[in-house]
Amino acid sequence: MTALQVTWFLLIGILIIGYAILDGFDLGVGFWHLFAKKKSERSAFIHSIEPFWDGNEVWLLTGGGALFAAFPPVYASVFSGFYLAMMLVLLGLIFRAVAIEYRDKVDSPAWTRAWDIAFAVGSVLPSILYGVAIGNVVRGLELNALGDYTAGFFALLNPFSLLCGLVGLSMFALHGAFYLSMKLDGEIAAEARGWATKTWYVFLVLFMVAVTMGLRGGYIRAWDGVDFKRFIPMATILLALVSNSIAFMFNKKEKGKGAFIASSCTIAFVMLSVATAVFPYMVFCTNDEAWSLTVSNSSSSPLTLFSMLIIALIGMPIVLGYTWFIHHIFRAKVKVHKD
Amino acid sequence: MDAVLLARIQFGLTIGFHYIFPPMTIGLGWMIFHYNNRYQENGNELYHQLAKFWTRIFAITFIIGVATGITMEFQFGTNWANYSRFVGDIFGAPLAAEGVFAFFLESSFLGILLYGRKHVSQRMYWFSSLMVACGATLSAFWIVVANSWQQTPAGYEIIEKTLASGEIVRQAQLTNFWEAVFNPSTLLRYSHVIMSALCVGTFFVLGTSAWQILKGRHVEFARASMRSAVVPAFAVIMLTMVVGHHHGHQVSQTQPAKLAAFEGLWETGPNAPLMLLGFPNEKEEKNDFAIQIPGMVSLFVGGSFDTEVQGLKDFAPEDRPPVAVSFWSFHLMFYLGMWFALVSFVGVILWLKKKLTSYKWYLWAATLTVPLPFVANEVGWIAAEVGRQPWVVYNELRTSHAVSASVSAGEILASMIMFGLIYTLLFCLWIFLLKKQFHKGPDPIEMTEGEVA
Ligand code: HDD
Ligand code: HEM
Ligand code: HEM
Repeated sequence: MTALQVTWFLLIGILIIGYAILDGFDLGVGFWHLFAKKKSERSAFIHSIEPFWDGNEVWLLTGGGALFAAFPPVYASVFSGFYLAMMLVLLGLIFRAVAIEYRDKVDSPAWTRAWDIAFAVGSVLPSILYGVAIGNVVRGLELNALGDYTAGFFALLNPFSLLCGLVGLSMFALHGAFYLSMKLDGEIAAEARGWATKTWYVFLVLFMVAVTMGLRGGYIRAWDGVDFKRFIPMATILLALVSNSIAFMFNKKEKGKGAFIASSCTIAFVMLSVATAVFPYMVFCTNDEAWSLTVSNSSSSPLTLFSMLIIALIGMPIVLGYTWFIHHIFRAKVKVHKD
Repeated sequence: MDAVLLARIQFGLTIGFHYIFPPMTIGLGWMIFHYNNRYQENGNELYHQLAKFWTRIFAITFIIGVATGITMEFQFGTNWANYSRFVGDIFGAPLAAEGVFAFFLESSFLGILLYGRKHVSQRMYWFSSLMVACGATLSAFWIVVANSWQQTPAGYEIIEKTLASGEIVRQAQLTNFWEAVFNPSTLLRYSHVIMSALCVGTFFVLGTSAWQILKGRHVEFARASMRSAVVPAFAVIMLTMVVGHHHGHQVSQTQPAKLAAFEGLWETGPNAPLMLLGFPNEKEEKNDFAIQIPGMVSLFVGGSFDTEVQGLKDFAPEDRPPVAVSFWSFHLMFYLGMWFALVSFVGVILWLKKKLTSYKWYLWAATLTVPLPFVANEVGWIAAEVGRQPWVVYNELRTSHAVSASVSAGEILASMIMFGLIYTLLFCLWIFLLKKQFHKGPDPIEMTEGEVA
């Protein structure tokens, strides 16, 4: 395994974490969308994410492209293996994108209602499916000698992965609630804080059960001769719990921004625990360990990884700049107008 | 039906649908920048309203481009797994670069353009509209790089890789990044694609405004829109044709079988004729009812009637592209290009005489032209892609070897039906909202005829 390969494993990790933190909050807002009782509140929810969501989604596109470029066999095996699930993710993402843009375009309650539902369903579906997908990657997949997934769609719906789906949903819902309590004012912000408190417990329980199942399933993969490797995921899980508790305290003290930042850290640590648990595998092959796709046997050539590193070094600071800039411009709280 | 055919149909349909929208956002993006720029320069309220109006049209269109683009990004992995493994070392990088360099730029500044009017200064707003246009134009670059590489691969070698399981697979490996990026067809294809996108934008503004005038809606705005679009329309169609000509020459050098299919040329030899019309007959390897100009293709390829040009019979039947589809899509593009040149040329003449919006027949001609640049863009791609068959990577990987082994025909059929339904719905919504916007028109302002020109 070369330094370049590990760097790319980390960079893909960063892109996925960036995506989970950023799109996580607007997916979470989508989850709460149907809980808002007033029309004015639902509009405020949409306005709170309007300028950001597309940029957030680009993290997914870039992450996907980077995975394709840096670890083509992983991209190929996972995306084709999860075929139907991917199609459902697409269904969700398509409807939610169009819903955000089109819901205000016609002055009719039925029209708005239909798009509100599309937005909520389109947010919940991917949130769950991302979790299911990650669950399956952590568990490992059945592959043939060429790396093609062989066990079929229903094998993906195993208890551990479904649980991970719920972890994903509750994590984004929690994150979304923190975001809303930071971005909105008054009554509805208080309500969002209440949602956050409740979801916090749900997430904690689901996450701990998933961790337990993961440990018992032996999903922390060993790495040749590096004994401390298995402590790293444990440490990140602990950190996730710590930052999650901090988020809870900020929320109690009505410090929306603090809670949101702490919750972002939680997501980062959760994702890191996944990454460090599977490392050095990318797709663990359950029927024959030797056929697994690993960081060392699945990467692109050094020249490609190097060229991409240059692209990343130039591009990523600019991207972070845009992200900061747009949040800076739209930093004001979103007002809920009277119905 | 077999999985390969279904996967091809699905890819063709989804990319074909995606490609309705980007050309329009690229084209409109620059028109909007132009209006914002004029407003910035002279503070004329008319341009302000024009910019606002066309930004609304832009937003409705952009979103479908985004929604359908996500499909494309996933589809290489979901449907073309073996292709992804084969080309990943080269193909993934442009896709990632597109995200990093273009999509982020565009989506961030679009946020300002759509929702940030009150949050930023006029100068920043102007800048955002420039950045959105640049972002859209750049988005096309990297994907065209990727596509051009599979048309005319360069900067790579084929290696045999032994997998952990002991299986040996062929794959392309990068040897020179810049050669791969600027492969022989990249720059011509990119220029042609951008010019064609500008055709969509300019003819859209021209034609929909003509329609508004015909219907007597928002006439002053419509006149101003038409005047602002006619000269750019003429300029870009001329450039499209010039670049297209060079592009065709490029094809003759890099993909001779494709060129032969474009021209319906069966026999190899000098004095190769240009077929204006006719029906390629693949069974009998000849053309029915051909109207030809002798020697023109030889002249085009080599600068003289004596240049020998390879005909389709030079290639084994299994290495030939589908001739009729290639021929017709290429010719349709060409004839549409001629039509656009005519419409915009007449427009410029009328404009010079200050009669651009005076004649009903011209307004109708412009109106009916609105959908045609979209068609020209679609058939252009169909020509390029079908003409590349049976190869997915030219001369290196056959399309039939590129699909995902783990995806069944039934699964593809299911997803195809899903896309069919969603995309039909999206298309209807798009048309419906566009119509609504045109009825509503720009916000009214006080103005006099003199201010406009
Ligand atoms: C970067 C890649 C890329 C880009 C930009 C495009 N395509 Fe493509 N296209 C492919 C990559 C590709 C492909 C993955 O390589 C396919 C799938 C099977 C094949 O042979 O090539 C393909 C096939 C394919 C087919 C089927 C050809 C056949 O099977 O005979 C059609 C009709 C199109 N495409 C049409 C388009 C249109 C309308 C595009 C306009 C944007 C377009 N393609 C852009
Ligand atoms: C198979 C190839 C393609 C893929 C994978 C792809 C992918 C995408 C994706 C993911 C988006 C959404 C970005 C966002 O969320 O902001 C998008 C939008 C866009 N694409 Fe494509 N695309 C493809 C073909 C093309 C082609 C051929 C062009 C132009 C020549 C193009 C030009 C654009 C542009 C300008 C946008 C942004 C604005 C809009 O959609 O209207 N794309 N594409
Ligand atoms: C009338 C003169 C034109 C000529 C000589 C011409 C030439 C060409 C050629 C040779 C190709 C195929 C390249 C390949 O297969 O690799 C092509 C493709 C294409 N054309 Fe045209 N074209 C013309 C007009 C137009 C117009 C008016 C439009 C649209 C408004 C258009 C849009 C396209 C598109 C989108 C492609 C596919 C992308 C590409 O390969 O560049 N063309 N054109």
